[in-house]
Amino acid sequence: MPGVVLDEVRKVFPGGTTAVDQLSLEIDDGEFMILVGPSGCGKTTALRMIAGLEKPSTGTIRIGERVVNDVSPRDRDIAMVFQNYALYPHMTVQRNLAYPLRQQRVAKREISRRVHEVAEMLSLEDLLKRRPAQLSGGQRQRVAMGRALVREPKVFLLDEPLSNLDAKLRVQMRAGLKRLHGRLGITTVYVTHDQVEAMTLGERIAVLSDGRLQQLGPPQEVYDRPANVFVAGFIGSPPMNLLRGSCRGGRVRAGELEIERPGVPDADLIVGLRPESLQLATDGMPSLEFRVDVVEPLGDELIVHGSLAAELVAASGEEPPEATLSGANGAGLEAVARMSPRERPAERSVIRLGIEPADIHLFDARTGVAIR
Amino acid sequence: MAASPTATADRLVLIDAPPDKPRRAWPFSPWHMFLIPVAVIMLAPLVWMLILSLETSSEAQSFPPVVLPSGPHFHNYVTTWNSEPFGNFFLNSAIYSLATVVGNLLFCSLAAYAFARLRFFGRDVLFVVLLATLMVPFQVLLIPTFLIVKHLGLVDSVGGLIMPNLCSAFGIFMLRQFFRTLPIELEEAARIDGTSRLGILFKIVLPLSLPALATLGIIQFMWSWNDFLWPLIIIDTASHAPLQLGLATLQGAHRSHWNLVMAGTVMSQIPMLIVFLFAQRWFIRSIAFTGIKQ
Repeated sequence: MPGVVLDEVRKVFPGGTTAVDQLSLEIDDGEFMILVGPSGCGKTTALRMIAGLEKPSTGTIRIGERVVNDVSPRDRDIAMVFQNYALYPHMTVQRNLAYPLRQQRVAKREISRRVHEVAEMLSLEDLLKRRPAQLSGGQRQRVAMGRALVREPKVFLLDEPLSNLDAKLRVQMRAGLKRLHGRLGITTVYVTHDQVEAMTLGERIAVLSDGRLQQLGPPQEVYDRPANVFVAGFIGSPPMNLLRGSCRGGRVRAGELEIERPGVPDADLIVGLRPESLQLATDGMPSLEFRVDVVEPLGDELIVHGSLAAELVAASGEEPPEATLSGANGAGLEAVARMSPRERPAERSVIRLGIEPADIHLFDARTGVAIR
Repeated sequence: MAASPTATADRLVLIDAPPDKPRRAWPFSPWHMFLIPVAVIMLAPLVWMLILSLETSSEAQSFPPVVLPSGPHFHNYVTTWNSEPFGNFFLNSAIYSLATVVGNLLFCSLAAYAFARLRFFGRDVLFVVLLATLMVPFQVLLIPTFLIVKHLGLVDSVGGLIMPNLCSAFGIFMLRQFFRTLPIELEEAARIDGTSRLGILFKIVLPLSLPALATLGIIQFMWSWNDFLWPLIIIDTASHAPLQLGLATLQGAHRSHWNLVMAGTVMSQIPMLIVFLFAQRWFIRSIAFTGIKQ
C-alpha cells in the first residue's frame, strides 16, 4: 500500500503563480523520499500540501487509502519539522515534546513515557528543563525531530531541517537521520535544495523544477542517467559540463570532441561531460583541449577550472530546453574537471582532456531530453 | 603612538595605530546644553504642582508666586481627601481603568489576530477603514456614543464609562502589527500538533506577545485613568465619578483652592507612576519595536 500519493496535483497562488504543476508522485509505505530542486521549484509547496498547510488547486493527495484534500493537518496523522524548527520559545524542551500529545488528550502517564523514550532516543534527557533559546542549533534540531516523532506519525515531513546547521554538524545529522529512519521505518518526505543530502539520504529522489517533476528514481540512477539537461546540470557537484554539439550521420561532434554514436538521429545536441569523467587524454581516447585557469586543491583531489575547445551551454531550469548560447568559448561559463593531485596541471597551461565514450551524455538541444 | 606588526607573505610590516582622538575640554556633551533646558521646561510644571500642594491657600494664590512655601503643609492632602469622596473617586477610576485594560487586551487581541492571520473577504479593506477611524477625533463621536449608551440604559453608571472603551482601533492596530512579526511557522506547527485557531492565539501567540500586551495595557490604563471628557458627559452623580472628574469639583466657579487641587492631582498621579515604574522596560521596548521588527 502506498504511503503518500500525489495525483496530478496543481497549486496556483492568488496572483497567478503556479507553484506546483501536474505533480504525480507515489511514495511507498516506509520509504525515504527526497524532493530536491532549486529555490522556487515547488518542493516546499508540495510538502505543505501533504501537510495540509496549503490546499491543492486541483488534483488529489492520499495518505494511505484516504483522500486528505479536505482533511485538516491535525487529522492527517503527519508530523513536520520546519526549516527553522518552530520550537515554542516560551516552553521548555519537555513541554515542547509533550505539547502535541497534550493537544490529543493523551493520558499524562503515556505522555511522560513517550517524551522520555524520545528524549533518550535523541539524547535530550539532560536538556528537558531548558528553553529553546538555551540550546545550540543541533540540539534544537533534535528537539524539533523529537516533537515530531513523539506523535508516532504515519508520515514524517521535513523541510530542509539541516540547512541552518554548520557543515560538520550537517554531516553528523545526516547519518543520524538515516539511522533513525532505518530504525523506525516511517514514511518520510524530505525537502532539500542540497543535492549531497539528496544523494546520501534518499531511497528515491524526485527532482523538481518550475513546479514540475523532472525525474524520479534512486539517487545513483538519477546521477548516472539524468533524464534531461536540467537534471544533468543540477545533480552532481561540480555540475556537468554541457557543450553545444550536433550529430550528423551517426557522428557526434562538440568542438574538438568527436565520437561515433550510430543510432542517434541527425540533430543539434547538448553533450554532457561529468567533471570526474574527464582525465588526461591517452591515445585513441576522444579528447579536447582544456585551458587551465584555476586549480583548487581539496587534499584528495583537484578541482580544475578552465575553458574547453567547445561552446559551453548553461543548463537553466527557467529557460526553455534550447539552452542559452553563452558566446564563443562560453563567455561567463567555465568548464570543470576533477583530477588526481598527482596529475596537477599548471595554471594557465593547456592540456588535453579525454573521456570514455560511454561516459558521454547526449541531450536533444531543442527539448533537453536525454538521448540513449 | 603604538605600532603593531602584521605579516604579509614576504615581509613584516609595521603599521601605525590611528592617532588618539582629542579629549573634550568639557565634562559633558554639547547636546546637554540643549537637553538640560528642555528637561527643566518639562519638569517645571510637575515640580510646581508639588510645591503648590505643600503651600497654604494664601501662598498658593499670591502673586508673585511663592516658590518656597513657609513649611511642608502635608495636611493639604488630608483636607483634600476628606473634602470630597476621594476613596470613591479612586475606586471608580480603578474599576474603569482595569476593566478597560482587560477589555482591550481581550477584544483587541481577538480582532488583531483575525486581521493578522485569518483570510476572509474584505479583510484588507476593513483594516483600512479601521485605521481611518483613528483620524476621527473623539469629540465628533461624543454625541452618537452618548446616544448609544443612553439607549442601553447605562447613563450615569460605571458601566456607561467602561462600555465604549472596551476596544480601540489603536489597540487592534498595534497588536496586529506585533502579531505579524511572529514567525508563522510557530502557528503552523501548532496547527499540525492539533491546536485550534483560538488555542493558537491563547497558547502560542499571546504568551509571546507580552511586551506588546504590556504596552497596550499601560497606554489604556493611562488613557482611562486620566480621562475627563467622557466621564464629564456620562456621569451625573458624584459617587459614580472617577478621579479626574472628582478633582474638577475642587475648582470653584469664582475661587479655587489651588493648593488642595494640586494635592488632589499629586495623589491622582501616584498609581500611574507606580504602573510606569514597574512596566517601563516593556513600554519603551515595545513602542520602539512595534511595527519595525521583522
